[in-house]
Amino acid sequence: MAKAMARREHRPLGFWLLGAVFSAFVIFLYGPMLAIFVLSFQGPEGGLTFPMRGVSLHWFNKLWEGIGVVDIGAALRRSLALGTVVMGLTVLLSLLAGLAYRKKLAGGTPLFYVVVASLIMPSIIVSLGIGLLFRLIDSGVRGVLESQWPQLAESYVSALGMFTSGLGAQLTWTLPFGLLIMFAVFNRFNPAYEEAARDLGATPWQSLRHVVLPLIGPSLVGIGMFGFTLSWDEIARSSQAMGDLNTLPLELQGLTTTVTTPVIYALGTVTTLISFAVMGFTLGAVWLWQRRRRG
Amino acid sequence: MSSQRVNAWVQAAPLTAVFLLFFIVPLTLIIAVSFWRATDYELIPAFTAQNYIDVFKGCAASLAPGQDMCVTLKTYASTLKFCALTWAATAVLGFAIAYFLAFHIKSQLMQTLLFIVCTVPFWTSNVIRMISWVPLLGRNGLVNDALLSLHAVEEPVKWLLFSEFSVVLAFVHLYTMFMIVPIFNSMMRIDRALLEAARDNGASPWQTVLHVVLPLSKTGIIIGSIFVIALVMGDFVTVGVMGGQQIASVGKVIQVQTSYLQFPLAAANAVILLAVVLLMIAALMRLVNLRKEL
Repeated sequence: MAKAMARREHRPLGFWLLGAVFSAFVIFLYGPMLAIFVLSFQGPEGGLTFPMRGVSLHWFNKLWEGIGVVDIGAALRRSLALGTVVMGLTVLLSLLAGLAYRKKLAGGTPLFYVVVASLIMPSIIVSLGIGLLFRLIDSGVRGVLESQWPQLAESYVSALGMFTSGLGAQLTWTLPFGLLIMFAVFNRFNPAYEEAARDLGATPWQSLRHVVLPLIGPSLVGIGMFGFTLSWDEIARSSQAMGDLNTLPLELQGLTTTVTTPVIYALGTVTTLISFAVMGFTLGAVWLWQRRRRG
Repeated sequence: MSSQRVNAWVQAAPLTAVFLLFFIVPLTLIIAVSFWRATDYELIPAFTAQNYIDVFKGCAASLAPGQDMCVTLKTYASTLKFCALTWAATAVLGFAIAYFLAFHIKSQLMQTLLFIVCTVPFWTSNVIRMISWVPLLGRNGLVNDALLSLHAVEEPVKWLLFSEFSVVLAFVHLYTMFMIVPIFNSMMRIDRALLEAARDNGASPWQTVLHVVLPLSKTGIIIGSIFVIALVMGDFVTVGVMGGQQIASVGKVIQVQTSYLQFPLAAANAVILLAVVLLMIAALMRLVNLRKEL
């Protein structure tokens, strides 16, 4: 005890130096975000920079009315819908693939390399490829329709869309994270629980439903959070794959060049708060789950 | 046993289908289309190297001394410069922060807490994090205000925002996390007895870092480097927003050509970018046996 106390008092110089670097880094990370959070409450006459000219919700009202031709509310709802679908599919497909990798999976190694390649592939390349694929599908479909059912060809618009190419593009980004987390989870998973369930006469489905899923539940919630928040902020892979309608981050990226009022900070505050809400909800859910399990 | 094998395949099938349809097929298409021809409104399957010749137009002549570099080489030079600066900054910063968390913070709760503090911004919008520099670095921003009031400068400094400086700053801001996480992970696996052994044998703290910790963190550094390089080389959003849409990058060239529907040309550029990134990653992989580490 005394020895521990003595060591506490004499932290090495490196601790203080690196502690200073760490503190500076945290300020570097959060400082600018804090600045736009404060500035989003700028008074009606205020500008993009300090000082604050009064405090108001003016710019949030403006945001609600829409920025120019951009309907922020609609983009927000679209992003929420897409994020929810991406979240569900990321959890489901990662879980299934994670289970598959616990058995003998022929071709498992090449599949793993493809998943890792997708993670580190420059996003603009993936996006361009998906955009190309769907344009070629369009011209193929149009060709068939014109030769077979000319009256239908008029009404055909495009296969490119938020829940086709857009969804696929985002999944190539969220699934690698999901699968890698599943690997980490199952590496630490004790198979004795399943063996016990089997010895007690549980069917494979029962042992999955009542033994495995409750144990890995918190990690699945975490994968869900990855899926939603990565989709919620995704730009690079979505850029060429969304079709006519844009998600919120894509609209936001366009607005950076045209908007010169704090309304863009208000938008930043709103999207960041939604990200934080999802993270907080996830942490809360994981905490509750683990407490109940220990219960 | 064989039914279990079939079962495994059924379970892996949906994920495999996603990557087949949205990753393998699109990449194959890019390679194919890079040899196609195009008119203003349609793509024509062909086998021509014209797109690649167009990409490198004027580059052979520009290599002669005294000539300006051709557009493609200039763009790659600028992108590689961003890549090198960002890599150096994130590697040093990432290593220092991971080292602090792994070796100086003894309480596990504190360690987890500080680690979460470092990773939370990863789950927020990149564009928001970029524009959050405007109130600080702009013409009337806090930095310029401070410099003016200290009489360090006569008039506001212009190169702080919408410049190469702000692009690299934003990259470091966004991507240091990708270094911290794998390096921290490597460091946590280092047997603490090795550090004691080094100290007992008379190594100074600095020597211990250089000859024990650094080599044992190599895998983490390389995984982080691969992420940072891949993210910076293909970037068009950060260079666009933080460069005030005035600075070129390879990713931006591809994006602009795509938006003008010049697909074969964009595809040829994508194939070249892919080759460059793969070469860089292959060079890094030679330094470490990644398969053994996973």
